[in-house]
Amino acid sequence: MLEVIDLHVNYGGITALRGINLTIEENQIVTLIGANGAGKSSTLRAIMGLVAKSNGKVLYKGEDFTNLPTKDIVARGIAMVPEGRRVFADLTVEENLILGAYTRSDQKAIANDIKSVYDTFPRLKERSWQKAGTLSGGEQQMLAVGRALMVNPKILMMDEPSLGLAPLLVKDIFDIINILRERGNTILLVEQNARKALEIADYAYVLETGQLVLEGPGKTLLEDQRVQEAYLGVAR
Amino acid sequence: MREKSKTHVTLIILVLTILGLFLANRYLDAYKIRIINLSGIYVTLGLSMNLINGMTGMFSLGHAGFMAIGAYTVGILTMPVSMKQMNFFMQPIVPFLANVEWGFLPALLAAGLIAALFGVLIGAPVLRLTDDYLAIATLGFAEIIRVVFTNTQSLTNGALGLKGIPNYTNTWWSWGVALVTMWFISFLMKGTYGKAFLAIREDEVAARAMGINLFKHKVMSFSFGCFFAGVAGGLMAALLGTIDPNMFRITLTFNILLIVVLGGLGKIGGTVIAAVVVTVMMEALRFLDESIDLGLVQIKGIPGMRMVVFSIILIFVVIVREKGFLKRTKGRELTYVKN
Repeated sequence: MLEVIDLHVNYGGITALRGINLTIEENQIVTLIGANGAGKSSTLRAIMGLVAKSNGKVLYKGEDFTNLPTKDIVARGIAMVPEGRRVFADLTVEENLILGAYTRSDQKAIANDIKSVYDTFPRLKERSWQKAGTLSGGEQQMLAVGRALMVNPKILMMDEPSLGLAPLLVKDIFDIINILRERGNTILLVEQNARKALEIADYAYVLETGQLVLEGPGKTLLEDQRVQEAYLGVAR
Repeated sequence: MREKSKTHVTLIILVLTILGLFLANRYLDAYKIRIINLSGIYVTLGLSMNLINGMTGMFSLGHAGFMAIGAYTVGILTMPVSMKQMNFFMQPIVPFLANVEWGFLPALLAAGLIAALFGVLIGAPVLRLTDDYLAIATLGFAEIIRVVFTNTQSLTNGALGLKGIPNYTNTWWSWGVALVTMWFISFLMKGTYGKAFLAIREDEVAARAMGINLFKHKVMSFSFGCFFAGVAGGLMAALLGTIDPNMFRITLTFNILLIVVLGGLGKIGGTVIAAVVVTVMMEALRFLDESIDLGLVQIKGIPGMRMVVFSIILIFVVIVREKGFLKRTKGRELTYVKN
């Protein structure tokens, strides 16, 4: 469904990605794990067109996305939940959701989708008139996910959704990801919480200093000795 | 239901404004009428700057420059042909403007459009900057305009300025434009564009990730703001009758910024009230600039003392009520978490 071929990204003189190849199949959860600075977030940003690619290609259902501006990528159904939530703090919950549907013009369907986001996250409905900045961290993360769902995405890319959340809330977030899969969403998940991410993932990639070092089904990687030592804290 | 009562409020405000202006014109002297005119113009200026700075979150300090463009456009276009010959005695005016004499409305529209055009031209490269850098760039632009106007003798009459601009501005014009600005900006902010402006103000990265075209919206908001700044500059020119490049210094921009900050960034109602209050206080506090006789002691007048009062108010507002005077704290917003 989404194919990333030989992706390179440079920030000034610093190389963040040196040739990444990814494939995401429909209705899968694919996860990218790796340490800080391995290039996980850069991969997502490059796919979204938020940072410039110095080399490589992004194909979506055969269409070349490489040089498309972000707004057109979003309009074709790829949504991102940005790292650190980044909700619009001074706008209400509902306004945040409406902005999520910015690239769409079908008012009826948008209203329906707001309802379905509220069904998925009843907490957001309770707080629909509250300013997003007044929500708790977990609620803000729900809002960030809900806002991305308003794009009506075929692929949802989540950047560190569990970052900075209490352990109980982290569990909530992963429950949400499961719900989204059942709804038929395709998800590209970037996570530092490697164990949780691998448990949930259909397929996983391990990034190290801008390169892929390992890939395979989530369960297989959980068993892999190198992954266990480097990311899961299992002593040999 | 809510929409309906809002329409009623709008209508009531409209009727009260018209009634107030009517009574003012009938019973007040020329000095007070002039303050009312200035208030109306400052409402337009405050709102236009709030659109750029408060609602879209671009820290621009170029307002005086865009006002200058508007003021000179109206001045040159409306001035009678004979008056032009008298004004331009150092160097004759460029031929294609020598015999132009427009009505006030087309001249005002031209003022707004030319200012907006410059807004697009300046905005396209400059709006890629953010925060302080944008402020410096726009400030620089306003100064460049002033210096250019001082030196284009055959177009603007240079440092001599323009005298004898017909006094078209009356309370109906100044407040009419203010009401149109109010209506336009609240209409804009209700729609999709307004939402996008707010999103850009809140978080540019997230706004981009939602598929909002940052550049387009920034330039749009900026040039709309410039349009109204140009129109207000034109009103100012036709109110004062005399303009020169030195009127459009950075202090003018700061007066407007004062209104925007006092009224609250992104707030329309607050800006309107702040504009009126600041304009009236600027006049009412004039006694501070003059000598004060307290019987035993005599305090010598210090020109500019009244601005100190505004500075103190501004410091107070920034520290205590960063969101402007009118900020109401709703019961349900107990905490303010910012990431």
